[in-house]
Amino acid sequence: MRRLAFIVPIVLFLMVAAALGLGLRRDPSILPSMLIDRPIPTFDLPGLTPEDTVGLASSDFTGKPVLLNVFASWCVACVIEHPMLLRLQSQGVTIHGLDWKDEPADGAAWLAQRGNPYTLIGSDPRGRTGIDFGVTGAPETFVIDGHGRVRYRHVGPITPEVWTETLQPMLARLDNET
Amino acid sequence: MKRFVLGLFCALLIAGPVAAVLPEEQLADPVLEARARAISQELRCVVCQNQSIDDSDAPLAADLRAIVRERLSAGDTDAEVMAYIVDRYGNFVLLKPPLDLETILLWSAPLLVLIPGGLGLALYLRRRSRAGGADPAPLSAEERRALADILKTGDAP
Repeated sequence: MRRLAFIVPIVLFLMVAAALGLGLRRDPSILPSMLIDRPIPTFDLPGLTPEDTVGLASSDFTGKPVLLNVFASWCVACVIEHPMLLRLQSQGVTIHGLDWKDEPADGAAWLAQRGNPYTLIGSDPRGRTGIDFGVTGAPETFVIDGHGRVRYRHVGPITPEVWTETLQPMLARLDNET
Repeated sequence: MKRFVLGLFCALLIAGPVAAVLPEEQLADPVLEARARAISQELRCVVCQNQSIDDSDAPLAADLRAIVRERLSAGDTDAEVMAYIVDRYGNFVLLKPPLDLETILLWSAPLLVLIPGGLGLALYLRRRSRAGGADPAPLSAEERRALADILKTGDAP
């Protein structure tokens, strides 16, 4: 009994310390997406310039799995991510772009300067479509399957590791599904 | 200099918490605006996570404030407005998380600490009072003599 009174608090302390230690390793700025395995919100956005006759709509997400990348001309991390997107495009990956909370002209100029990795682009200057997606910042990337459902959300730039370890296997698996 | 520091201190005393709501964001109807403020104070800003959207200067918080006001103007109840935001960002945006399977540990933590702690304390106090409650042993002859000495001279031997 005596010894138990000694051991129990120590064990409890170790358990709490372990739980808090694990918590320290998690990035609290990454929130779980509410959309996982749910259909994407309905939207129909114009393109970046008046000459762009096609923008991006929720109906564009049928057939095969694609990536939806949230970017903006004001987004610093997007500059870092951009070469990776161009590389993926050259490998035949379909990436749609959402120019989020950005003047469409600024977004167009940004892409003209750096190259356009996107198949379709939607302009969302008021940010409402992004909010419907639960976007908390740019860049963010959604994996959307051939049925228009969100399967995965990545917060932050796509690094080579994120691509080879997470996104590429996921797209390959979804390709087999459809 | 002293006066300046004192003035600065006084200024700090009278400065209350200031919300980030800009005048042009506010609704003309004071009742709706009050509801919007109350709802905004319950919603967490997802950019700077320890502020409510009512307090935060983040652009996304401003957008969410605008959405709260839009939904209210469209006739939504307070609960519907909350549900609209939670639907997009999850329960995490609620500064008062609801009681569910994921938060049961959070809500029950005070009880989990208080009940065993209280029991332990009660047990300890009972044991101590029982030990202390028994009649003390009577004084020995020597002790009684020493006590009589102290009482007579007011001095310890």
